[in-house]
Amino acid sequence: MEPNVSMKTPLGRVRGLGSARSGTQHFWHQRLTSVAGIPLTIAFIVIVIALLGRNHAAAVQILGSPLVAIVMLLFIINTVYHMCIGMQEIIIDYVHNDLTKFIVLMGNTFFGVAVALASIYAILKLSSGV
Amino acid sequence: MAETKARVARPLSPHIQIYRFMLTYVMSGFHRVTGAGLYFGMLFVVWWLMAAASGPNAYAQVQWFMGTIIGRLVLLGFTWALIHHALGGIRHLIWDTLHGFGPSEREWLARATLVGSISLTIIVWVAGYLAMGGGR
Repeated sequence: MEPNVSMKTPLGRVRGLGSARSGTQHFWHQRLTSVAGIPLTIAFIVIVIALLGRNHAAAVQILGSPLVAIVMLLFIINTVYHMCIGMQEIIIDYVHNDLTKFIVLMGNTFFGVAVALASIYAILKLSSGV
Repeated sequence: MAETKARVARPLSPHIQIYRFMLTYVMSGFHRVTGAGLYFGMLFVVWWLMAAASGPNAYAQVQWFMGTIIGRLVLLGFTWALIHHALGGIRHLIWDTLHGFGPSEREWLARATLVGSISLTIIVWVAGYLAMGGGR
């Protein structure tokens, strides 16, 4: 940009170019979900171990019980959000072509929504006993 | 970065292959790789939950697959990746408090992450087999 040609005011030229004061949002959310992920992941492992070798009826009963279902819902929501922020970071690091990047970023969001929705639907269905 | 019209052949900074082997950068890579692996591994969690919600036949299919050698390897890999990523995350949370950056501390943390993830994976699998009432 040539300095003296533009008719923009000095304020107009710099507006929006500085810190938006929101640059650390993903960093913070990644920390938030990683802290939440510690107890939730331990609970998830315990639930899976409790279900090992059991038949379908027992699995439905355990997965559909309120406490287990709520913990599983929290685990899924927390994990999917965490993994989507993480994958976004990986994509931004390695995919430099703009078009490919936007497509892959969209795919990342679609994948996260699909994984979360399918899991939540399954857990709710197990809980309602339909 | 936006593509510039005139690409000048500027000198590039060296990539990791030029540096001496360091456990810390390997563990950094492991953290990312396990995270990416778990991302796709979530498909197995979805499959498992949807099968449970679908009925006995679908659930039996998941149980059959998880009983095969490939299924068990997937499950073992998922277990290790999950625990390794969790411990690596705890290491990052320690770093977030500005602790653990010293030469011996960061090396110790890197080793603890690896030793811890392997040990915990073994413990979880032993617990799993005990919960099933011995190996099958």
